Amino acid sequence: MLTMRFLKLIEGRGLVFLAVLTGLMLLVPIGNLAFPPGSPFHVSTGTVVLLGKYLTYAMLAVALDLAWGYCGILSLGHGAFFALGGYAMGMYLMRQIGTRGVYGHPVLPDFMVFLNYKELPMTWWGFDFFPYAMMMVLLAPGLLAFVFGWLAFRSRVTGVYLSIITQALTYALFLAFFRNDMGFGGNNGLTDFKDILGFNVQAQGTRVTLFVLTCLALMGTFIVARVIVSSTYGKVLIAIRDAESRTRFLGYRVEHYKLVVFVLSAMIAGVAGALYVPQVGIINPSEFSPANSIEAVVWVAVGGRGTLVGAALGAFVVNYMKTFFTTGWLASYWLFALGGLFVLVTLAMPKGILGLYDQLRGKFSKPATEPGREAA
Amino acid sequence: MRILALLRGIGLALCLALVALPAAAQDARPLPDEIVTRFLADSFGDTEAAIGAVAASGAPQAADMLQALGDRRLFISASAKGLFYRDGAGKGFDARTGQPADVPADASAVRLNNRLRGVVQAALGTLTLLSPDPVQRLRAAESVFKSRDPAALPAIEQALARETNARIRNVFEEARAAIIIADTKAPEASRMAAASRIAETGDQDGLALLRQLSAQATGNLKSVIESSIQTIERRQQIRQAGQTVWFGISLGSVLLLAAIGLAITFGVMGVINMAHGEMVMIGAYVTFMTQEVFRARFPHLLDWSLPIAIPLAFIITGLVGVLIERGVIRFLYGRPLETLLATFGVSLILQQAVRSWFGPTNREVSAPSYMSGSFEFIGLQITYGRLWIVVFTLVVFFALLLLLKATPLGLQMRAVTQNRRMAASMGIRTRFVDAMTFGLGSGIAGIAGVALSQIDNVSPNLGQNYIIDSFMVVVFGGVGNLWGTLISAFTLGIANKLLEPFAGAVLGKIIILVLLILFIQKRPRGLFALKGRAVEQ
Amino acid sequence: MSTQTPGAGLTSAILYLDGVSVSFDGFKAIRGLSLTLEQGEMRAIIGPNGAGKTTMMDIITGKTRPDAGDVLFDGGRIDLTRYDEAAIAELGIGRKFQKPTVFESHSVADNVLLALKGRRGPFSALFGARNRVKPDEIDAILDKVRLLKHRARPAGDLSHGQKQWLEIAMLLAQDPKLLLVDEPVAGMTDAETEATAELLKEINRDHSVIVVEHDMHFVRALQCKVTCLHEGSVLSEGTIDAVASDKRVIEVYLGR
Ligand SMILES: Nc1ncnc2c1ncn2[C@@H]1O[C@H](COP(=O)(O)OP(=O)(O)O)[C@@H](O)[C@H]1O
Ligand SMILES: [Mg+2]
Repeated sequence: MLTMRFLKLIEGRGLVFLAVLTGLMLLVPIGNLAFPPGSPFHVSTGTVVLLGKYLTYAMLAVALDLAWGYCGILSLGHGAFFALGGYAMGMYLMRQIGTRGVYGHPVLPDFMVFLNYKELPMTWWGFDFFPYAMMMVLLAPGLLAFVFGWLAFRSRVTGVYLSIITQALTYALFLAFFRNDMGFGGNNGLTDFKDILGFNVQAQGTRVTLFVLTCLALMGTFIVARVIVSSTYGKVLIAIRDAESRTRFLGYRVEHYKLVVFVLSAMIAGVAGALYVPQVGIINPSEFSPANSIEAVVWVAVGGRGTLVGAALGAFVVNYMKTFFTTGWLASYWLFALGGLFVLVTLAMPKGILGLYDQLRGKFSKPATEPGREAA
Repeated sequence: MRILALLRGIGLALCLALVALPAAAQDARPLPDEIVTRFLADSFGDTEAAIGAVAASGAPQAADMLQALGDRRLFISASAKGLFYRDGAGKGFDARTGQPADVPADASAVRLNNRLRGVVQAALGTLTLLSPDPVQRLRAAESVFKSRDPAALPAIEQALARETNARIRNVFEEARAAIIIADTKAPEASRMAAASRIAETGDQDGLALLRQLSAQATGNLKSVIESSIQTIERRQQIRQAGQTVWFGISLGSVLLLAAIGLAITFGVMGVINMAHGEMVMIGAYVTFMTQEVFRARFPHLLDWSLPIAIPLAFIITGLVGVLIERGVIRFLYGRPLETLLATFGVSLILQQAVRSWFGPTNREVSAPSYMSGSFEFIGLQITYGRLWIVVFTLVVFFALLLLLKATPLGLQMRAVTQNRRMAASMGIRTRFVDAMTFGLGSGIAGIAGVALSQIDNVSPNLGQNYIIDSFMVVVFGGVGNLWGTLISAFTLGIANKLLEPFAGAVLGKIIILVLLILFIQKRPRGLFALKGRAVEQ
Repeated sequence: MSTQTPGAGLTSAILYLDGVSVSFDGFKAIRGLSLTLEQGEMRAIIGPNGAGKTTMMDIITGKTRPDAGDVLFDGGRIDLTRYDEAAIAELGIGRKFQKPTVFESHSVADNVLLALKGRRGPFSALFGARNRVKPDEIDAILDKVRLLKHRARPAGDLSHGQKQWLEIAMLLAQDPKLLLVDEPVAGMTDAETEATAELLKEINRDHSVIVVEHDMHFVRALQCKVTCLHEGSVLSEGTIDAVASDKRVIEVYLGR
């Protein structure tokens, strides 16, 4: 009974998605740990890290899809929420360095010693305590989203206006984190991490563990997102997306619905950022760059918005392309490709890869178009 | 003193032409023999008399001579019965004629005591106060102001009586006032008058003097001095504020220039063009290329490259704009979020195209002669480059306003954007008008690029620096309202510059962004919002 | 008048408008409009295009704030100008729009589900009773508007007239005290129009209703009091025959 409900909730496509993730979660560690380098089944640690990075991006994409695909909130600030989560994790990792830094200061991270800090700024207090840091991973983006969303949604800032001010917010954070006196490492950001919960972040075992955790986090995110969108709450979100003012006249407090989904989405983005940092080993202000946030939007658009699975798929596809392009002689063409992708997706495949797939399948299995269905 | 910098700023040539006339006819005139005889007597009494005579002689070498005397470089020679001096570099002169001459071997330096040293200094001051060279006179007055030596008072009076140049008179008067006010033996009434005189035109130095004196002064004098201090402080604040406002206007005009094109595409058409910044960037590159061509072909006409780049940039970016509209945007009307994404893609492509073409490094666009240099205006330091940009921006703005209000194309544009179907049924070619409107907005962005090439690095990233600011300007001003855009740009520019002294440039910018975000919450439609049903869709 | 119950004792009417004015950029769309609707009453509002009928509904439902005048609800106990759209809907005023607006990507049944009476908060929507609604409840409503066999189709696929009905179904599901129905029969055949009139009369048995319509046959079929608006105020009020023979009404309609 419960399993039936679960299956119905997840839908066929979601099941495939979860199955693929489970496969990855099992096979990649086995390939990395059980097969020696040189074996055809070996998965290099570099690949594990790369895949792990893609998965955190996929998580960010799912978060964004929840807000944009289902509720029509085109946030150009999710990169910032991601980065805030990342900084919270980075601050924990910095505190774990202890006396192993270049200056060997027991409390202050290297960059603070370098900048003549005398004591730890208040913003850094407690970050040596893992649960506190994890709480901040949720709270920092969540609180920012709450305050911003509360103001914006209450004043009915919608559509492109909302997009533009989320971008301005991102830009303000971008500028702020570049400043040395913010106390977050300025230009260079946070890096040279040593260990996480006592495990060396560089160690193969830690990396594989982080990968598995990221898989689990993405699966968890996906299931939570599915639960949300298939509840009545999710239906209200779609109603808001399609006809906001009509929803209001039905008695729904649109601003509360938006706020809940926006904050939740920001928190998921923060978690994704927190998983990203120990895997790539660095977090710096460029993660706040407005272009990053827009790029995340295009992942969702490429995969197909309002589908969750599509968002994750899009993140994977676009980032795989990016890796492919930027590591070879094609490097200088990457921006052409990315730019072209933006244009192509909006003009030619507004429903993304999944939409295209549906269309093609529809064409082959059902020759005639459904009667009575006209373009809405 | 400020006044000096002021003079240099205005241009020395101009100043010279004005003041050189009255004191002109003073060519080489030998010193009277009597003076030489007195020096030769080598008694302190005679020397003192001789010093006064030298100062009064008006001989061109008099200043050098007295300077030499003070430095023990003035010599008497019994054998030659003559008077000689060496300049700072050791070169010898005959003091009587001022002509170069060898200093005889038996020459000995004219002796001085401390009192005489003071006399020499005072004489020097008098001398330069009367110098035919206005710059010298100013410098002398300045030094009198600083030294406040009561001995210079008669000289100042004398100089004042002769001075015709208003600016220099002013400095003389200040110097006289400074002497009087600092002289504790002077009658209180005249010291009070002097304080008021300093308050009239004084600046930082006057302020320092008054502050110093106010500590010692008592009674009425103290209160006069204090009110004078306030007067000067107030004037300085006003000047400071004026300077800030000017910087703000200058920044505002840059913002306006960058945003005007967007005010058309976003404000009038409702198209979110994220590639707007790249239009500006292309305009800047067109300027660069124009200048390169001129440099190579017509180097003597280099100053003309900027005016010629303006129409070129307009046409080229306008065409790019029309291409983008026809190729991408027209399929996305009514879908603003998609337009945002697609045009962002276009912006990436344009950036990369320029990067592959011209390389990622900054390109140099030099300033034409009429845009370099600066001048002072009622105490404000104004560079020609900024002034031109402000003027240019306003010209572009009003030209655009005129175009929208008074030409058939403008009328059609407004018709189409207000009611597309109605306009179409009245025979307006809406597609053509769309393309033209977008081309116009893009072309203006290109023109902005020409101006911005003068103050920013011409690089593929140029546009990105402006896009967010431009959107903020348009949204803050109220979409669809050009006047709103104007006011918004200048408000933001001035606000930014007001914040800078307290917060620094970056933090100031952050604060403005946050304030803007908060403002948009309060008034989602901007300062000057259009109302009505049309905007609700 | 106390602030909490602005019109208590002033009126027993479900809806009470007095001296309401509103202008847009200087244009007076409503000027000194007064109108009283008794509990359980049905009222037809007619008037030429631009008379201010839709604007009046905007004012009642909180979309537009009046510049002046009283808008009282539920026996004068509630000052509607102090609430926003969502709050007014929760107070018990439902509205059908002139241009039918349904949630196009939702199924017909889900449209009704969203309209169903009940708690509206995000958390009750996430976890609460709204997720356990019996399908029968929805089907009963859909049956009334003859959309039962379309229950699973996306609402965007319905025809214009069907969308109008779906909106009425949503009103039924909402079960408000007062229904505002703006041009419900635009784009309907005569038979459909008649059926709609019947449906509205049935609804009127336990709800107060205001219907805006141009179609005189339809208004006649409603058999209720008629108010004619013109240039933002009441021109004439009474039975359909009285209003239709009023000289000023004829003048306005014939545009002399
Ligand atoms: N939000 C608004 N902004 C500007 N004008 C409006 C607005 N709402 C209504 N109007 C104007 O008020 C008048 C009345 O409109 P409306 O109430 O729609 O008339 P109708 O009686 O046809 O429903 C019209 O002239 C309309 O243009
Ligand atoms: Mg109407």
